[in-house]
Amino acid sequence: MIKAQTDLWTVAVIIALALITVLTRTLFFISSKPWHLPPWAQRGLQYAPIAALSAVIVPEVLLTHGQLIASWQDARLFAAAAGALWFFWHKGQGQAVLGTIVVGMAVYLPLHLVGGW
Amino acid sequence: MGARDAMAAAPGLAAWGLMMGVAMVESGLSTFEALLMGTTVFAGSSQLAAIPLIAAGAPMWVVLATGFCVNLRFVVFSAHLRPYMMHLPLWQRLLTGYLTTDLSYVLFTRRFPHHGGSAAQLHAQQAYLAGNCGVNWVAWVGCTVLGVFLAGWVPPSWGLGFAGIMALLGILFSLASSPLRWVSASVAGAAAVAAYALPLKLNILLAIVAAVALCLLLEVTRRSSMKGAA
Repeated sequence: MIKAQTDLWTVAVIIALALITVLTRTLFFISSKPWHLPPWAQRGLQYAPIAALSAVIVPEVLLTHGQLIASWQDARLFAAAAGALWFFWHKGQGQAVLGTIVVGMAVYLPLHLVGGW
Repeated sequence: MGARDAMAAAPGLAAWGLMMGVAMVESGLSTFEALLMGTTVFAGSSQLAAIPLIAAGAPMWVVLATGFCVNLRFVVFSAHLRPYMMHLPLWQRLLTGYLTTDLSYVLFTRRFPHHGGSAAQLHAQQAYLAGNCGVNWVAWVGCTVLGVFLAGWVPPSWGLGFAGIMALLGILFSLASSPLRWVSASVAGAAAVAAYALPLKLNILLAIVAAVALCLLLEVTRRSSMKGAA
């Protein structure tokens, strides 16, 4: 495979992402004075993470080169469906997320590699 | 004690770290970039969400804003953990917070539902969290590094990078704990597809803003209609 080149821009993005990890995980312990977020922001926190994940995932599953996929014969659809079934069947047990990955890929790889979907 | 609890989850974490390493390289990060990301960012979901955006050449602020939104759940955790932390000096608070992932947070708050107490109890809490986070960090970073090197052997045409999307999907399902959160996910997914043609990957941010705004509105209308019924 082609070796990707390291570029400064990507390195800067990665370092900034690490700082964001620190910032979000420690936001409430930085200042020793007690403080609160405004109520709308507190409630917004309930919905933002799942929205961000969905906004990244759905186009990656449903689009090819920016176009909605025209055929149901796409390995990604079956992998996502199998992963969802697994998750909701094993919900509440530890490792349900790991199972979703394993089952999804177990469906994806044969369809993609052998079936060419 | 904390280390032992983390050990129980370590195989899953290890497999996930391995997948993370492979996904980073398959998406086109160089070995150095993948190693840097694996050792410093230490937040699987924001790493996975950032990868397709970096690959697509999205501007830095869009990548960071998306990573920030995915990480907002930690802000909720940090508010909860604050009383457990405030007796520590600032640098220890920052370090402990940085290393406390979803898994350590859940295990820690289950083991210590109430904060504070005597010096010995505070010490026990700190020791538990340190042991737990330590095992976590070693398992995660070790396996990510291994994954980065293994990825060199797998041709990209296999599409192993798709495992990253499956991981995000699993996390999404585990966050879908209320009907309004499902609404948020559906709106954001549909908006991200509908607005895909926007430049700079702005469709992602637009989708998040639209979904959160709609959910806040629905919350308000639902609350006022409940008041009306009462």
